[in-house]
Amino acid sequence: MASPESAVNGPTMTAGAASKSLRNAFGGVIAFIILVLIGVLAFSIRLFSVIKYESVIHEFDPYFNYRVTQFLSKNGIYDFWNWFDDRTWYPLGRVIGGTVYPGLTLTAGTIWKVVNSLNIPLSVETVCVFTAPIFSAFASWAAYLLTKEVKGPGAGLTAAALLAMVPSYISRSVAGSYDNEAVAIFALVFTFYLYIKTLNTGSLFYATLNALAYFYMVCSWGGYTFIINLIPMHVLLCIVTGRYSSRLYIAYAPLVVLGTLLASLVPVVGFNAVLTSEHFASFLVFIIIHVVALAYYIKGILSPKMFKVAVTLVVSAGLAVCCAVIAILIAVVASSPTKGWSGRSLTLLDPTYASKYIPIIASVSEHQPPTWPSYFMDINVLAFLVPAGIIACFMPLTDSSSFVILYIVTSVYFSGVMVRLMLVLAPAACILSGIALSEAFNVLTRSIKNRKKEKENVEKKPTPSKTEKRLLVLPLEASVIAVLLLVLLGAFYVVFSVQVHCVWAAAEAYSAPSIVLTSHSNDGGLHVFDDFREAYSWLSHNTDVDDKVASWWDYGYQTTAMANRTVLVDNNTWNNTHIATVGTAMSSPEKQAWEIFHSLDVKYVLVVFGGVVGYPSDDINKFLWMVRIGGGVFPHIKEPDYLRDGQYRIDAQATPTMLNCLMYKLSYFRSDFIPIHKTDGKGFDRVRRTEIGKKHFKLTHFEEVFTTHHWMVRIYKLKPQRNRIRGKTKKSKSSRSVSSKRDVRGKRNPWH
Amino acid sequence: MEASLRAQRTAALLIFAFLSLLAVSSSAAQEIQILNAERRIDLSSQIAIVFLTLKVENTGKAAASEVLLSFPPTEADHLAEVKAQAASGKKRKKTHVPLDVKPTDVPDAPKGAKCFRIALLNPLSPGETSTIEVLYMLTHSMEPFPAEISQSEPQLVYYRDSAYILSPYRIKQQTTFIKTPSTNVLSFSRVEPTNRAGMELKYGPYEDRPAYSFSPVLVHFENNNPFAVVEELVREVEISHWGNLQITEHYTLAHGGAKLKGVFSRVDYQSRPGASGVSSFKNLLARLPARVHSVYYRDEIGNISSSRLRTDSRKSELEIEPRYPLFGGWKSTFVIGYGLPLEDFLFESTDGKRYLNFTFGCPLSGTVVDKLTVKVVLPEGSKDPSAVVPFPVEQHMETKYSYLDVVGRPVLVLEKKNVVPEHNTLFQVYYSFNPVFMLAEPLMLVSTVFFLFAACVAYLHIDVSIRKR
Repeated sequence: MASPESAVNGPTMTAGAASKSLRNAFGGVIAFIILVLIGVLAFSIRLFSVIKYESVIHEFDPYFNYRVTQFLSKNGIYDFWNWFDDRTWYPLGRVIGGTVYPGLTLTAGTIWKVVNSLNIPLSVETVCVFTAPIFSAFASWAAYLLTKEVKGPGAGLTAAALLAMVPSYISRSVAGSYDNEAVAIFALVFTFYLYIKTLNTGSLFYATLNALAYFYMVCSWGGYTFIINLIPMHVLLCIVTGRYSSRLYIAYAPLVVLGTLLASLVPVVGFNAVLTSEHFASFLVFIIIHVVALAYYIKGILSPKMFKVAVTLVVSAGLAVCCAVIAILIAVVASSPTKGWSGRSLTLLDPTYASKYIPIIASVSEHQPPTWPSYFMDINVLAFLVPAGIIACFMPLTDSSSFVILYIVTSVYFSGVMVRLMLVLAPAACILSGIALSEAFNVLTRSIKNRKKEKENVEKKPTPSKTEKRLLVLPLEASVIAVLLLVLLGAFYVVFSVQVHCVWAAAEAYSAPSIVLTSHSNDGGLHVFDDFREAYSWLSHNTDVDDKVASWWDYGYQTTAMANRTVLVDNNTWNNTHIATVGTAMSSPEKQAWEIFHSLDVKYVLVVFGGVVGYPSDDINKFLWMVRIGGGVFPHIKEPDYLRDGQYRIDAQATPTMLNCLMYKLSYFRSDFIPIHKTDGKGFDRVRRTEIGKKHFKLTHFEEVFTTHHWMVRIYKLKPQRNRIRGKTKKSKSSRSVSSKRDVRGKRNPWH
Repeated sequence: MEASLRAQRTAALLIFAFLSLLAVSSSAAQEIQILNAERRIDLSSQIAIVFLTLKVENTGKAAASEVLLSFPPTEADHLAEVKAQAASGKKRKKTHVPLDVKPTDVPDAPKGAKCFRIALLNPLSPGETSTIEVLYMLTHSMEPFPAEISQSEPQLVYYRDSAYILSPYRIKQQTTFIKTPSTNVLSFSRVEPTNRAGMELKYGPYEDRPAYSFSPVLVHFENNNPFAVVEELVREVEISHWGNLQITEHYTLAHGGAKLKGVFSRVDYQSRPGASGVSSFKNLLARLPARVHSVYYRDEIGNISSSRLRTDSRKSELEIEPRYPLFGGWKSTFVIGYGLPLEDFLFESTDGKRYLNFTFGCPLSGTVVDKLTVKVVLPEGSKDPSAVVPFPVEQHMETKYSYLDVVGRPVLVLEKKNVVPEHNTLFQVYYSFNPVFMLAEPLMLVSTVFFLFAACVAYLHIDVSIRKR
């Protein structure tokens, strides 16, 4: 374990000139070894999921990425760019190449290709599973580099060690969690490092690298807008506080020009790189920095008097032009309905926006604001070290340390809006905590050393200049005690609490792949609930390859990836109307639902039902979102119809609309006959802890074709259309348009 | 007009030729007659196992060195295995000597019939008799009827055969016993005398039937045994001279019985296991060699957790459950992999070659494999592979690239269709291998690391900057 104690070895350099270089070399080797160990730690702490469960892709979005990677590895890059996926969003389809951030898939695909060209037969799945742990090791090294640029290698090592095991980051990068964030955090931290490096050196080489790193970030994650807003903010801050330098110019101007050009190469970004408001700040600051550069240049060649005259002239003329330009810009931006911002960005600026206007964004749990305990759960003791780190950054305030302060402040705000963005906060918190810890050690050990030296030198000559410089020299006793305390605290708190907490979090809280559930039975045995894969496997082997499967959008990615069947909606929630159609079908009575599904060529309907084993995140618990989203587009679905006195219930008190909707019927069909419920009474729902409201009903338009072992996934087939019998009243079943035509003639509209 | 005339003439010629041939060969075949034939057909699993005991007499003048067997065309395609043995001695002291069975063409056989030639150990001199026991197995010979059943119905199947044994010889006396898995026999054809007692049907005894007598019979009965059919099985046996034999088996499993019609209700399946889905099966038993290690059982979407491994010193048994119970017509795919210690299976032959001694068939008990491919991956650098298999298989060579291979590993591919558990016999693959090749990959790795360090050292000591500082 690379603990902070060993990390301080880096910057201690007060000795004779001869031993200094040796010690530097020695320190370099130690730092290198520690870094390697940190990398190993970061990698291995994320393997709990593989050890406890298996080497498998987790959750929902990773399955899509995995499927894309499979396609990429099988068909090559050009087919990937042109890939039109007809397995999803039936009948619309989705252009995959133009709508995904390709960074992650290209990274994993490249790794796979390299490894296989060396004749090391790793499967695509294995590569995908281990991409996230590998990149979290890279991310800790990037954090080391960044913090080293800000506060020296000691702080860097501490920050790297902390980032390697911060729970917030672990939660998004355990083995198998093959999502964009896995590589994006590395790209984010590395881009920041290169920016700081350019800022400190003024080298165009690093500026170019910075643009490339930014390009990689744009490829990887939509969160790149954080970079392209944070860096301009910092540049603006530097200019306002009078810290403009040519280094700042080198660090910023090439990034904007090259970065924007490169970003627009990524199909999913394209012209958004210049058109949307997320990128607006960078261009504004780009103009400002040129104005400022020009001003500094003119100031340099003119005499002060002439300069004053020039300033008044330019400012009065420029102000008028500026006003006009800004007015036009505001008019242009205001003319678009979302003010040029995407829904998710608007949610960040106005946290209440999503819940008001976009229920789909609001329905995702990771888009909710976090609770206070989740801060402690996710970044643990770092939450208390961060303020100390901020203070340390002010002593002295440099260009780079001001950047870190700006980073933490903005990311704290963003994490407060969406729990998902806690991930952006994690590296900032680690960097600042690393700085705090390392500075504390620095100050304390230095004061111990200085006291000793002063005691020796006290007769010879007092060194007033030195003591003036070292304001932070504490009394010996206090500092010794403080060091001891810090070491003790570090040992007990950081090592035990943080590591135990992190390891616990890594092992227990974040490693569950969510497609496999386990529970410990009373005799200590492990019971595995593998119902999801059972259902997907059944679908893939026992249905026709072109059958369409309808389910709520949560299971879309998994169905296409594991069952290889066409779905109506999936986790890429780009078409609200389509999702609302499925929501409407699920909340309609059986016949209407059958009509909607039939008009969409659906053959099977898949519902997730946890009532038998007590799996809480099932479709009945998500059902109100289906009603809300469906009702948002089709107004005949009204949320109050499903609530009894504002309460959501499924027992005998539930409303008839609720008891007759498709979701209720498909979930509870024949569940009241389950024999294992002898103690609970018939038809007992273990999640809601009530007896269900309607029992012994039959399905008229659907038939059960498969139910998994623990009843968690139930698959129904749409019954075929009944033959028309001459003479009988024709039933309006063929399509939606037919039914609405009938409506005109005075028949009952099935939609109402 | 002329053309049709010519065609007629050719046809007439052909018929004449055929008839004359028939006359010649039938006279040859008539030299043997079967005094007594007893056939026992066991239909209690999905494989029809038939024991045929023939008492053969040479009525000709010359010694007969071979005896012919023939099968009707309906059975010919389903024939998985034919074995014959000569029995001699009385009941207790009976000795069995396996006989060589080879497919052959008999010109006068009815169209589509398939014939086998049993080579006798000692030629049968005129007037002598001998007892031959034949064992043959038929797969996919039971046809589910009705072809689609619901979950609560039992599975009913048709079995078609002939009341008389199809034989190129006159049979003096013959009896056929058909054993059904249950007493529930819905119907059966009667070719008098026909008796039914419990689970056994008896056709015969029939006296003095001429050659190629045929009288179709149909038995309709209940058979709820799992019709577990492995549609395709690819077994890959990879030899590593570092001491491991890695076996990977890719299965495509299907339920070959009556298809499930309509709904599958989990309630019924779970609450009434005896009455619901009786023909479905949910677990299978794989018999693996002893000392098996690192067993895994998974499919393309991950590990399948429902399996149990029992090992003892003589054998290992892996009980596997597919992800879902298999009903008629349902399919499933999975992979079983395991490692074995090499010294149990790899030996050195007297001529310095090495040979692998391994079982050929499918380790899942009671299954029929429609297509079995055994791939023996030999170590990189091995030469002249050749296989010795006790039954005919198709062979070809492939090359496989595995961990850090440069030239690739030779792969000997053996393919066989219609495999039954009876084929779980040993086969041998001989090859020559120079142990020096074992060091190729470690040396490669070592040299790579060495060159990496050398490059680092060189980089640190060479000043590559253009401008001198």
